[in-house]
Amino acid sequence: MKCTICGGKAALKIAHHHLALCKSHYLEWIPEQTERFIKKYRMFTHSDRILVAVSGGKDSLSLWDVLWRLGYQVDGIYINLGIDGGFAYSAQSRSYSEKFAAERGLNLQIISVQESYGQSIPQLAESTYRGKQKPCSVCGVSKRHIMNQAAQAGGYTVLATGHNLDDEVAVLFGNTLEWKLDPLARQGPVLEEAQGLARKVKPFFRFYERETAAYALMRGIPYIYDECPFAEGSKSLYYKQLLNQLEADRPGAKLVFYLDFLKAKQAGAFPQQVFPENGKLQPCPTCGQPTTAGGECAFCRMVGKAQLQS
Amino acid sequence: MTVKLIVRNKEYEVKAGMTIQHALEKIGLSPELYLAVRDGELLTEDEIVNEGETIQLVAVISGGEGG
Repeated sequence: MKCTICGGKAALKIAHHHLALCKSHYLEWIPEQTERFIKKYRMFTHSDRILVAVSGGKDSLSLWDVLWRLGYQVDGIYINLGIDGGFAYSAQSRSYSEKFAAERGLNLQIISVQESYGQSIPQLAESTYRGKQKPCSVCGVSKRHIMNQAAQAGGYTVLATGHNLDDEVAVLFGNTLEWKLDPLARQGPVLEEAQGLARKVKPFFRFYERETAAYALMRGIPYIYDECPFAEGSKSLYYKQLLNQLEADRPGAKLVFYLDFLKAKQAGAFPQQVFPENGKLQPCPTCGQPTTAGGECAFCRMVGKAQLQS
Repeated sequence: MTVKLIVRNKEYEVKAGMTIQHALEKIGLSPELYLAVRDGELLTEDEIVNEGETIQLVAVISGGEGG
């Protein structure tokens, strides 16, 4: 297969764009497309201070690399979840993140869940009802809380995450199956700033997961290959597999599903506040971060319950 | 006349002369979910695998909350 641009040997076929690119053109294409998405969806400008959340995986490290190459002011945050899984998952992913930052002279802030809140993610999951049912849910609540707190405390104007199209489509598919209107109304590549909540953006949301993995491999970014031990059997992996079966028969189906969802949302299919009470944010009496629940936020309730049981 | 395919810590053998796409299908893996790497270079699905080669297969999907 030949590169569509130069006719050299292609390294990756991108079927849904009718493209095949060699290594050097692919390494130009990803940053060009990222810049296009940043502008098209008005994510941020060069005057913004960006905090990128890194996990040591292919998506977040590739995103940090691309934003850095595009000349944005971007620092990183790594949250040490304290997950071992028999192969030192968190220690390894931290090491990849630190090495990446050190090689490029970038600032990386590291926050340990255990040191900051007394328990690691597996311990929190074990000692809460929420975690026993869904450890990924405990992790998600914790990461969102800590990332927002760090963005606010550090004076960053934007919080960027490495979510790719497969991540976004899996969430959309799950929410659509159960018609979860409120999460559907909130889902998108940009979540505007609200009182106490940093602006959140996903500059890689239009790239397929194989495209971000290919970027990391071609750019020579070492990342953690092993899956989080808690992800095994997760709904998101199951949905991704189903959606990739669809994609194999109909190239572009995932992208069309997501982009048409965004169009429907823009046309008013999912009003911003489906449940009016969810629009009223109040500060959590313990941490001060905004919450819709009234009283403590989900993170502080979870940490409080875990401390009572320990 | 075999080619070695390595996925994480598992090894498979397929006959030389087939395409990457065919080799993946032969061992029951979806070409959509793996990238093939030979000597550090990415290979497209139509690339032919040759006698004695070792091909690394990199899984591209990850679970949990993403990122």
